[in-house]
Amino acid sequence: MLMDVATEFCRNKSPIAVVRDNLENGPGYDESVWQEIIGLGWSGIALPESCGGAGLGLGALVPVVEAMGKTMLTTPLISTAIAGQLLQRAGGSGCEPVLADIAAGAAATVAWLEGGDWGDTRVATQIDANGTLSGRKRLVTDAEAAQFIIAPAMRAGERVLAIVRAEQLSQDAITPNTLIDQTRRSADVDLTGVVVAPEHIVSGPAVENALRDARLVGALLIAGEAVGTGSACLATIVEYLKTRKQFGKLIGSYQALKHPTVDILLQVDSSRSLVYHAATLVQGGVLDKDAEVACRMAKAMATETLCYAGDRAVQFHGGMGFTYECDAQLYIRRAQWSQQQFGDARHHRKVLASLLLD
Amino acid sequence: MSVSEQELGEFRAEVSAWMEVNNPGDPGFLLPQTFMEVGDERQLEFLREWQHKVWSAGYLGMAWPKEYGGGGVDPAFQAVADAEMRRHNVPICFNVIGLGWAGPLINDIGTEAEKARYLKGILNAEDVWCQGFSEPDHGSDLGSAQTRAVRDGDEYVINGQKIWTTMGNFAKYMILLARTNPEAERKYDGLSFFLSPMDAPGIDTRPIRKITGEYGFTETFFTDARIPADCLMGEEGQGWRIAMQTLQYERGAEAGAAGGLAMVRVTVDDMINDLQGIQRDGEPVLQDPIVRDQLVQAIMEEKALALGDRRAQISHLTSDYPGSLPLSHKLRFTEMTRRMRQLAISLQGAEGGLYVGDATARQGGFWQRAYFNSFSATIGGGTSQVQANIVAEHILGLPK
Repeated sequence: MLMDVATEFCRNKSPIAVVRDNLENGPGYDESVWQEIIGLGWSGIALPESCGGAGLGLGALVPVVEAMGKTMLTTPLISTAIAGQLLQRAGGSGCEPVLADIAAGAAATVAWLEGGDWGDTRVATQIDANGTLSGRKRLVTDAEAAQFIIAPAMRAGERVLAIVRAEQLSQDAITPNTLIDQTRRSADVDLTGVVVAPEHIVSGPAVENALRDARLVGALLIAGEAVGTGSACLATIVEYLKTRKQFGKLIGSYQALKHPTVDILLQVDSSRSLVYHAATLVQGGVLDKDAEVACRMAKAMATETLCYAGDRAVQFHGGMGFTYECDAQLYIRRAQWSQQQFGDARHHRKVLASLLLD
Repeated sequence: MSVSEQELGEFRAEVSAWMEVNNPGDPGFLLPQTFMEVGDERQLEFLREWQHKVWSAGYLGMAWPKEYGGGGVDPAFQAVADAEMRRHNVPICFNVIGLGWAGPLINDIGTEAEKARYLKGILNAEDVWCQGFSEPDHGSDLGSAQTRAVRDGDEYVINGQKIWTTMGNFAKYMILLARTNPEAERKYDGLSFFLSPMDAPGIDTRPIRKITGEYGFTETFFTDARIPADCLMGEEGQGWRIAMQTLQYERGAEAGAAGGLAMVRVTVDDMINDLQGIQRDGEPVLQDPIVRDQLVQAIMEEKALALGDRRAQISHLTSDYPGSLPLSHKLRFTEMTRRMRQLAISLQGAEGGLYVGDATARQGGFWQRAYFNSFSATIGGGTSQVQANIVAEHILGLPK
């Protein structure tokens, strides 16, 4: 099973000491591990065989990101997978060579945001008749690692996708962000003045659906990763509750700690059920309502679960939990970052309300 | 399975047609949602007649042996019949302790005499069964039961008290857990299991009035009550093991239960339907953004629970904590149910304060009564707090 392979790989490559080594320095991941992931074919696992992928679909990627979430292993894999989904769904002749590069190991990302509102899909960045971009993107994940940045832009009132190559950006175009989750990297990217070749501008009727569906895929992948991280956070709590003594007793015997820990287990279980269900519904074509509902439910529940787990992890570790040294900080920080990616729980529930109640 | 999909499909159509014609519909009074809510003779007789009808049609006890009133066919047929009963939203088959606990147990480990004496009456609803496990001082801790059974010649003499005896006042028989050996080293080894008549002198029941204002449970008092020695099931000292065995039949017809609906399932969709027409701040309640958010959360919780039941069947999708989904099922399901019903009342506006008996109460006070009754499931069979301890200790390995 792919899940077993992924779990084993991540456990070997990403022990907590390695995660910590990568926190404050460099790209946030080991280049050699990323190369091994490429070698395993995971960056193209969900892409069709026609462009060099494995053709296994997103259902195969979800267990991989879950395993990565469990060990806090970050590489540009998720950003790259989402960029691949966007291009594949948008279609167009310019996409195929880029998709082939992605399947062969090129990192890519999508510049989704211009402000801080995941629920606002309007695009202010312009691209003129000569292909010259003007605009600034915010919080672009893995922007420094990416060889391709896919930037939604307006061309004569129509939303198009501009495929920007890393070497087209001047060094000062990228301003790295300082993130609450130190295992992650993102940056603001100034695209003004970049000239995009005509074959790297993707337009047409499929773009709108591709943007919508790639966002849903993004929400699902972040949810899948959060299930893994939530599960690891739970294991960290349980380990401490089984070994730490206070007032002459193991603290895990106190119901004030025991019962919320069970709540975390039940929420992780619920989140995992929703995530796996969504993974079975997300196919290559335009996503239907069931798939949309499932992705939004998965995201809404999985990252709220992780927020709860991370919060309780700090609290239940007592004084230790307040220190940078305690691993609880990794989880609570990841939770704050993940909850916002592709829209927070309230955003998704608000959309779900229209889908389910009207 | 030895039954073809085609056979099952044809059978499904047959049952469906029968339910269509024979569904008794609304009797004009609130029917019990579960077997723990049979509060008066009118409800009892209605449900007795319904169960008898289902059995007569051949849709109950289908997998039980023919010679004892069963149908003698593959349990897959009963599963189909149960699904159709649920789909047609027919009343429950109320004799649940007989159908789902005592009956399958007698089928599995009973003597021929016990099978001949008890099984048919369970199915045709002539003999109501009740369960005597819980005691006033030992709610969720069955292993500590103190009711005494002392052998005296051809009889056992029973002294003690049981509580939360569902339909104790209507029952002809009780599955009774009593202590035959108070000196046993392990408390569990001192317990024995009896199929006790309820009409023996010295057995008295007193109905308990529930939070709903209705009845459904009794206290049961044993004062030098003498029951025949052959009421003992198995051997003395096997009571705990047998009591635990009865719990496995909850998994349905495939596990040995007779079938039939044990409870009416109420969904979030039902609640949303019942919210139509309610106004809040001058707008339909279903347009209120905060209400909508709460409803979506309820839908998600319900969805996750149903998906979890399916995931639990697939072992490689439950590798993190094997067993956590089935073991936490009662906790998740009953707590969700309780919260959902309280939410329903809270969304009814001023009319949420009306109760069963008021002619203008929404759905006749259904949600109010259902909310109160939902505590029978978050408390009975091990409280949610005890369930959380069990999950913590058995799944997460946390210390006692």
